[in-house]
Amino acid sequence: MSNQNDEALKPTREQFIYANLLIIGVWAGIAILFITYAIYLFGLLPPHVKISVIPSVWAKGVNEFLEITHSPHGWGWVSLLTKGDFLNYIGFVLLALMTILCYLVLVRGYIRQKNWIFATIAILEIVVLSLAASGIFGGGGH
Amino acid sequence: MVNIRLRSVSCFFGFLVIFLLTSPAATAAAGQATSSATAGKPWWFWPIVLFFFCLVLGVLAVMAGVGGGVLYVPLVSGFFPFHIDFVRGVGLMVALAGALAAGPGLLRRNLANLRLALPVALVASTCSILGALLGLYLSSLNPNIIQACLGITIVGIALLLLFSKNTEKPVVTNQDAIGLALGLRGAYWDDGARESVEWKTHRTALGLCLFILVGLLAGMFGLGAGWANVPVLNLLMGVPLKVSVATSKFLLSITDTSAAWIYMNRGCVIPLIGVPSIVGLMLGSLIGVKILAIAKPKIIRYMVIIVLLFAGLKAMDKGFGLGLLG
Repeated sequence: MSNQNDEALKPTREQFIYANLLIIGVWAGIAILFITYAIYLFGLLPPHVKISVIPSVWAKGVNEFLEITHSPHGWGWVSLLTKGDFLNYIGFVLLALMTILCYLVLVRGYIRQKNWIFATIAILEIVVLSLAASGIFGGGGH
Repeated sequence: MVNIRLRSVSCFFGFLVIFLLTSPAATAAAGQATSSATAGKPWWFWPIVLFFFCLVLGVLAVMAGVGGGVLYVPLVSGFFPFHIDFVRGVGLMVALAGALAAGPGLLRRNLANLRLALPVALVASTCSILGALLGLYLSSLNPNIIQACLGITIVGIALLLLFSKNTEKPVVTNQDAIGLALGLRGAYWDDGARESVEWKTHRTALGLCLFILVGLLAGMFGLGAGWANVPVLNLLMGVPLKVSVATSKFLLSITDTSAAWIYMNRGCVIPLIGVPSIVGLMLGSLIGVKILAIAKPKIIRYMVIIVLLFAGLKAMDKGFGLGLLG
């Protein structure tokens, strides 16, 4: 039986930084989602697609939905940030970006430790997530 | 006194399950085609019902020890009038938000292990992109293909939850070469036994290969993949159960991120559906954690397995166009 304060049982510095960054990002993301959804529901900013129209098209496939509502795919939402519905994407995107941001911290730590195997794994993960986020694979809506 | 409390909590969960199956969403889904289910209802009806539905799902998910995504996708696609594309997109965001919120606590307590998670996450997240693309392609051909495959997968998951017997502290005598090279070992403090537990992996190559399949399924159906991560880490690779569960939850935050981006870029995340789902499930999870102290998780787990079986059979019924379950 070893001591609870044993160094081997403690998380690494990178693990702590990762956790701290994550907690800020997640709760900021949730708070933003909450606020932007209220703006959307109360009509403080006009939506791109009228709320009352959405129930008539949410049973259709995504390609048809985008065509009928003239909604963008990929990063096209950025140009519609003044619209109440697309404002909500800020929260979604922040949540989806958190892992990439946290991995940047890990890469720095592994390079400092000269742990090249894990630095490479972390860099590859950033490449994979960035490619997914870029819209190269997922942007072709119709 | 304790028995009365337990009985009342059990009754409460019985009501929760009944609520799930008799909610306006379920009634609407059982009675008619999805497009006509929305007719005659104001736009705010479905988001409100969805919020409370997800609140209940969040409570049940914590009690049953499963992720929100695995309950969300089959149940919402079965009982709500949304197309499966949107359900999968939002399902991934729901699983992602839950995993991200749980991550910091698990990392700080050294239960989620970065060394173990990183190589596994690279394999699973790459494959979840492929799964998402394949899922969206199949869905554009015919959504019933995805519904049927989802149904088969959900029934498989229910059976896996029913029959898999995880091991608290698996014995690993010899670490394999890959595990050794990657340094896949660690230690954590077991509060119950008041001792530190050291662990290492074996069968690492086979485990990594299985994560290809896990990633594909997670991306294709928009399911969080905790149901698959834990058995692979624990039963196959020999990681202690606590570390497996925590690392699995952390893993979801990476695997689901890549698939979520694919769905989001395709336009599959509608805010009107997404926000009430995420907020409802997260609030439900917080309530679930509070109730966990006094409830009997085993009973709840069996209830959830029954609900999953039903949801899986319903998705199969829908996918194959049998019409036996409404």
